[in-house]
Amino acid sequence: MSVILDITSCGIEFQTPKGSFRALRDVNLKIKKGEYISLIGHSGCGKSTVLNIVAGLLQATEGGVVLNGKEVNEPGPERAVVFQNHSLLPWLTAYQNVELAVKTVFQGKKSKAEMKEWIEHNLHLVHMDHAMHKRPDEISGGMKQRVGIARALAMEPDVLLMDEPFGALDALTRAHLQDSLMEIQKELNNTVIMITHDVDEAVLLSDRIVMMTNGPAATIGEILDIELERPRNRLELADDPRYNHYRSQVLQFLYEKQKKVEHIADARKAKGDAKTKVA
Amino acid sequence: MNIALANISWIEPMVKIAKGDDVAHNIQVIIKAIGVPLAGILVFLMIWHAAASNIETSLGNFPGPSDVYEQAKGLIAEHYEERDKADAFYQRQEERNAARLAQDPNYEAKIRPYTGKPTYFDQIGTSLITVLSGFVLASLIAIPLGILTGLSPTLNAAFNPVIQIFKPVSPLAWLPLVTMVVSALYVSDDPTVPKSFINSMITVMLCSLWPTLINTSVGVASISPDLQNVSKVLRLSFMTHVIKIVLPSSIPMIFTGLRLSLSIAWMVLIAAEMLAQNPGLGKFVWDEFQNGSSDSLGRIMVAVLTIGFIGFLLDRVMLSIQKAVSWDKKADIR
Repeated sequence: MSVILDITSCGIEFQTPKGSFRALRDVNLKIKKGEYISLIGHSGCGKSTVLNIVAGLLQATEGGVVLNGKEVNEPGPERAVVFQNHSLLPWLTAYQNVELAVKTVFQGKKSKAEMKEWIEHNLHLVHMDHAMHKRPDEISGGMKQRVGIARALAMEPDVLLMDEPFGALDALTRAHLQDSLMEIQKELNNTVIMITHDVDEAVLLSDRIVMMTNGPAATIGEILDIELERPRNRLELADDPRYNHYRSQVLQFLYEKQKKVEHIADARKAKGDAKTKVA
Repeated sequence: MNIALANISWIEPMVKIAKGDDVAHNIQVIIKAIGVPLAGILVFLMIWHAAASNIETSLGNFPGPSDVYEQAKGLIAEHYEERDKADAFYQRQEERNAARLAQDPNYEAKIRPYTGKPTYFDQIGTSLITVLSGFVLASLIAIPLGILTGLSPTLNAAFNPVIQIFKPVSPLAWLPLVTMVVSALYVSDDPTVPKSFINSMITVMLCSLWPTLINTSVGVASISPDLQNVSKVLRLSFMTHVIKIVLPSSIPMIFTGLRLSLSIAWMVLIAAEMLAQNPGLGKFVWDEFQNGSSDSLGRIMVAVLTIGFIGFLLDRVMLSIQKAVSWDKKADIR
């Protein structure tokens, strides 16, 4: 299949009061249409930075991103983002949140009735039709994330970007959502880039796992092809030797090759720095 | 809207007692809800009474609670008297016109307006209209400007010094300037609204602008970066961004500002009316002071209590509106 997204020798340097800080260097990645890519690495390694550059929320200082033959310079709905903390507008219902996206993206392309159908279709896809007229504070964390995914899917993006979509959820809810996502993926076959901390999640969902080295000046360390046939079933895979092999390869990369030892206080500080940079 | 009910916590236990539920406990709840504030008011009245009888002024004793009560009754009686006079005046005119018409069918009947002095309630009405016009005008300027300065740090840096300098200025300093400017610009043989009204309104506007402006600006500037990213990914236009994202998320801060502004507007209004001679409560106080009769202090005290009570009601109305438009129903708004 053809390459839809091309990240070429991408790097970024942040200007901070203490001088410049190099977060990324020389990131090269070609993504084919319909591919499911996971970015994995220790916290602070620049996974979010890569995603934000692809989203257009950050500008690379070297290299660049080409999507469908066009360079990415600003954010846009063809690169829909599912944010870690759902980012739903709290004063709108689930339906209205998706509606805002649909109305903006399909203005003049779909009739009112078609839009309504499309919004309901997407909420149905994530199993939220029963609560689509509830506001975010009336539904659980997992449900909010489902609505966030529905909103992103409703934009019909060329690439779906997910920034630790299930990171804030408990293990059971996360498993549910992963299964839902695999079902949707079977139907839509979207191109996806997902950031994750969870090795099982990465192996279960991905076609390729991109493992990143530790920052500063982080880059892609290894890329692992996951050749497990779909549909994948988490229970069957639990005993599959290939699954466990992939799993151990990721773990080896993370905990042997890129072993990271840091004090808790430093980790907190790094996280705070990273946040202020994005904002 | 439950303007008054918002603060009445004794209705529920009353109903429960009527139903016979847990009577002893609910009586205790009522005593707490009504009895304690009532006792506070009683103690205040006693202290007021005792203090008043010890203060001699050139206009007699400082009015105690009972004097004020008498004066309030007097003002209400005057109001009805004046209304009766007006009714009688119009009736006389109608009778006279009818008689003239009977004699001469071509006679064009004229009704002259009654020009008696405004009563206390007319003055309250004038004050309310003036304060609300000034407040609405201030909000129409402050909210859009606050949104702009909140969205743009550059604009904010440009406006901030001006805002900080004008914010603490007293209405008494603005009024002479406003009066002269209005006299120069508002020239009309048959003015639809009197100059004194315009002067008071603009002074109220100038003083009540700032809290709304500052709070709107802070509210807009502190919109969560996540929601801003959503807006960027959707490539919302500037107006859609403001209407769909900025306004709803800063509504709580805007209302905090509006409530502060309205209470300032009401305080400023009384001073502005005194000097501008706008026929509202401020002029009432000033006229009574100049009048200097033995009733004057009592009547001014009635005005003081009225001003306080209306100020309280205005804040309650704003609170009810705030609760009605707030999307976060769990927030503790008070």
